[in-house]
Amino acid sequence: MENKTAAVKMRNITKRFGTVLANDRVWLDIYKGEILALLGENGSGKTTLMNMLSGIYFPDEGQIFINDEKVMIRSPKDAFGYGIGMIHQHFKLVDVLTAAENIVLGLKEPGRLNLDEVARKVKSICDAYGFDVDPYQKVYNMSVSQKQTVEIVKVLYRGADILILDEPTAVLTPQETEKLFAVLRNMRDDGKAIVIITHKMHEVEALSDRVAILRHGQFVGDMLTRKTNAQEMTNMMVGRPVTLNIDRPDPVNPKPRIEVTGLTVRDMEGTLKLDNVSFTANSGEILGIAGISGCGQKELLESIAGLQKVESGSICYVEDDGRREELIGKDPLSIADMGVCLSFVPEDRLGMGLVGSMDLTDNMMLRSFRKGKSFFTDKKQPRSLAEQVVKELEVNTPGVSTPVRRLSGGNVQKVLVGREIASAPMVLLTAYAVRGLDINSSYTIYDLINKQKQAGVAVVFVGEDLDVLLELCDRILVLCGGKVSGIVEGRGASKPEVGMMMTRLGGKTNA
Amino acid sequence: MRKQNTAMPVLHISKRTSLPLYKAWAIRAVAILLALVVCAVVTTALTGLNPLGVFKAMFDGAFGTQRKIWILGQNVAILLCVSLAVTPAFKMRFWNIGGEGQILVGGLATAACMILLGDKVPNWLLIVMMILSSCLAGAIWGGIPAICKAKWNTNETLFTLMMNYVATQLVAFFVIVWEVPKGAGKIGIINQDTHAGWLPQIGSYKYLLNILIVAVLTVIMYFYLTRSKQGYEIAVVGESEKTARYVGIKVEKVIVRTMMISGGICGLAGLLLVGGTDHTITTTISGGRGFTAVMVAWLAKFNPLVMVLTSLLLVFLSRGASEITTIYALNHSFGDILTGIILFFIIGSEFFIGYRLSFLKNEQKEGKGNV
Amino acid sequence: MFDFVSFFPRAVVQSIPLLYGATGETLTEKSGNLNLGIPGIMYVGGICGVIGAFFYEQSGNMDGFLAVLIPMVCCLLGSLLMGLLYCFLTVTLRANQNVTGLAMTTFGVGFGNFFGGSLIKLTGSEVPSIALSATSSYFSRSLPFADRLGVFGKLFLSYGFLAYLAILIALAASYILKRTRLGLQLRAVGESPATADAAGINITRYKYVATCVGSMIAGLGGLYYVMDYACGVWSNDAFGDRGWLAIALVIFTTWRPNVGILASILFGGLYILYLFIPTGTNLSVKELYKMLPYLVTIVVLIISSMRNKRENQPPESLGVPYFREER
Repeated sequence: MENKTAAVKMRNITKRFGTVLANDRVWLDIYKGEILALLGENGSGKTTLMNMLSGIYFPDEGQIFINDEKVMIRSPKDAFGYGIGMIHQHFKLVDVLTAAENIVLGLKEPGRLNLDEVARKVKSICDAYGFDVDPYQKVYNMSVSQKQTVEIVKVLYRGADILILDEPTAVLTPQETEKLFAVLRNMRDDGKAIVIITHKMHEVEALSDRVAILRHGQFVGDMLTRKTNAQEMTNMMVGRPVTLNIDRPDPVNPKPRIEVTGLTVRDMEGTLKLDNVSFTANSGEILGIAGISGCGQKELLESIAGLQKVESGSICYVEDDGRREELIGKDPLSIADMGVCLSFVPEDRLGMGLVGSMDLTDNMMLRSFRKGKSFFTDKKQPRSLAEQVVKELEVNTPGVSTPVRRLSGGNVQKVLVGREIASAPMVLLTAYAVRGLDINSSYTIYDLINKQKQAGVAVVFVGEDLDVLLELCDRILVLCGGKVSGIVEGRGASKPEVGMMMTRLGGKTNA
Repeated sequence: MRKQNTAMPVLHISKRTSLPLYKAWAIRAVAILLALVVCAVVTTALTGLNPLGVFKAMFDGAFGTQRKIWILGQNVAILLCVSLAVTPAFKMRFWNIGGEGQILVGGLATAACMILLGDKVPNWLLIVMMILSSCLAGAIWGGIPAICKAKWNTNETLFTLMMNYVATQLVAFFVIVWEVPKGAGKIGIINQDTHAGWLPQIGSYKYLLNILIVAVLTVIMYFYLTRSKQGYEIAVVGESEKTARYVGIKVEKVIVRTMMISGGICGLAGLLLVGGTDHTITTTISGGRGFTAVMVAWLAKFNPLVMVLTSLLLVFLSRGASEITTIYALNHSFGDILTGIILFFIIGSEFFIGYRLSFLKNEQKEGKGNV
Repeated sequence: MFDFVSFFPRAVVQSIPLLYGATGETLTEKSGNLNLGIPGIMYVGGICGVIGAFFYEQSGNMDGFLAVLIPMVCCLLGSLLMGLLYCFLTVTLRANQNVTGLAMTTFGVGFGNFFGGSLIKLTGSEVPSIALSATSSYFSRSLPFADRLGVFGKLFLSYGFLAYLAILIALAASYILKRTRLGLQLRAVGESPATADAAGINITRYKYVATCVGSMIAGLGGLYYVMDYACGVWSNDAFGDRGWLAIALVIFTTWRPNVGILASILFGGLYILYLFIPTGTNLSVKELYKMLPYLVTIVVLIISSMRNKRENQPPESLGVPYFREER
């Protein structure tokens, strides 16, 4: 790595959370004029490591050098002082403030606060890099990509020369991603040091100059991007060779189970979230839902589960003998009372699917506690169910009376999925079932879903990783801005084709 | 670049994952001991008295004679009753600080029955009506903010607080309407001659009935919260409304139902005060118990059985303090100061149960790091 | 006939303690701290001023400047200490804000009444109150030309300086919150401490300063009550529930101190309206009229929650302790 100067050197960085070792004696160098991709499975400590650079966490042990000077970064303010700016996965913006107010937040500029002056400076940054930001717009009125732009402008406004981006593309369309990458390349050519945390191999290959890999909190190696490939990087992340193939058994006797016609949903503010959506989900088949995040997936699943107020349309549950039940206007309880056995693995596991502070047994009860006429709850059955789930899905937990909040992401998901399939559902709705899971846990979940499919369950699988959708699903429904952009067969569909449909209705290009 | 002082020790705070129960209680015990030491210092500083003498006087004030023990028991019973009442609401994360008002309307309903029906219906029927009306009044008083919370997410802290004052004025209004004799500005003992509507006395023990009722209530509340389906629903709604909706719990119904139970039991406390011991009603009959109960419940981590202890602690403090104020001719508010100090220590001690403190010395690590 | 000219000034003097309390609590809440200890703090502010004035009066010589300065400094110090205590417990030790606040109110009211009672005993007075009329006369001195301007003078110029100070502070607080860097950062701390923290704002310092300044402002409300409104007479429990009303006022005004000026006068008016409504010999109805401020608060509360506008919501992190390394 000739004529590269290190902007940051991290030496022997160790960080513990309680008994969990998040970072274990990590060495990492970040060079000026280079884009570094930081890779690792979830829970491997990437974000923790970068949070120590940006002053959110403080290392338990180890040193950090900026431009060869030993420094202590005790707070984000210190980090700014050293020219480090981080764009977090969860945006750090104050919703009720405007873009300009968010951008100057925390800055000690001389003189009175003059938001018009700020707006002018923001405009000039935007013009330089090709962003589009309205400085006077309130953040709660912004789309995710607008919010991200504000975040980036915020960091640039502060004159950062070390930029850290934590999974910046998760919420962007391919076009927005491309725009972002162009900006990042500009900045690199400006001599800035850029770190990007991501999972997506093709982005690593397209953007970065060098990759550094963490596994279980330890640094396992770095290499030049052009000298490696996706398989090698994945193997290093997992620590052993992995096959990146997902099973796809043939559909079992598919019959229509859920028929959605003309479904239209508006959110609280009156924005159209689903627009005239129609499709059929068959039994014994996995129907994938693809789309950029926030274009109606959540509303779609919640409408079927009886959790979403629907403006118009119909959702019919079709029984084996052809009888039809309308699900709209019913809450989860009355849907279950009709004998429709519907399971739902929501996106927000601890905020919706489970109660974090309750133990495994009590969480198993969530679905079944009403059973029986007794005034009191029966804890025996839930406990044995909890024990069964722990055993069969290999949940790593001290016991069934441990609060689920203490479990890791993968184990939390196993508990949730275990409970949801325990009721022998006819329909299984899953949202981002493998988000935040390591590769092993992900494959466990794919297996479970495939088993349900083979048992004749109609599975609706909302996913974000197109590769997974294309390998796992029998059919894929592509949503674009709340409308159905098209439905494709999983076998034989191509990634560019689906990707295009995600961003343009029907996937037709203008060119 | 700024120069950083790298040799500076850093006080580092991290969250504990768990702490053995005995250690948690040891920390609390240390906090109470420290609080007592501070109380002693404050007492000496403010009054010039020997703190040990003051503590002894406090103890005597609370437990000194049989009569004092009975009064202590009665006070614990009423405070515990109110604490039990607010607990389901708090478990649901509904900040009901309207206990005062709910007690008052419960007492008012009781007094209304006693005054208006005292000589018209047989005594057993009167008492049944008192029980029903006091619980209903409390339930309505608690239910109104709950309905608004459920429908429009109205801020319940402020709403229940305002309901306290509405109740106070309502009582003030009726006190003047029913005043005996006219112009006295107070009601006096109701049915002094007939004892109509006075709760029966067990043997010669004036307070035993109240204590027994609350003891039974404590056990019921414990099982209601930990074992019943409704208790489970309360816990789920309190932890996450989204989860509750997801599993088909009707959140609005649970909020209103729980608050009506909460208010109803507060109303019952009003009944115990008016029908059981005081046999009159004033605007100050609840004596701040609606607020104190919040602390009792919180200190006990919403466990009804532990609340017996925490309410005993707070009643002991106030009884003891009232004793020393009589003995040493101090102002009765001195007790509030001591109570406040002890509460501050207990509140503060929770931090050391939830978090771990450690000192990082950067220099030492440097040595290690370079090896 | 409703006598507005005598009603309005009385409503205003009623409103000033509420305005102090509400401005103080608004600043506090903007930092994300829900301080239910305000009622106690106002008691402490009041009694500390009384103690200062009492000993100064005892010393014999009365200088107008010192007679005002000493009680004010004592009041500010006392309420500052209460604010520090609250911050230490809720910010540094991350204790539950509701419980801490309630305990502070118990403590503060007790503190006020204890020292009030002790002073009363010291004076050996027959009535259960102390009168500091000399000090009060400095506090309640109205503008010199108020008498000459007739009705206008009576309506707007007849108050002691603390009343005008309350309005100035409310306007200043409003300006700072809306227009300055300081206010912007304070709002950010209350809305989203994690964001503010990531932006390099010292959360702990902002919370401490806002809460302590808020406490000191609220404490002045107690001082105004004793020295001006009550003409220097301290009697135990006289301050009553004004602290709680001040907290209600904060929500009533949707966290805007400048609106608080008018709203507090409205509350003050409702508070004393019963004195101005002829009820004849029926004393009981007066008790019902006293419900008015509370009923109005409830109605406004419900209506504003039904409208549910984004800007009218409380600071997002209100009541939640902040811990940077929360996972």
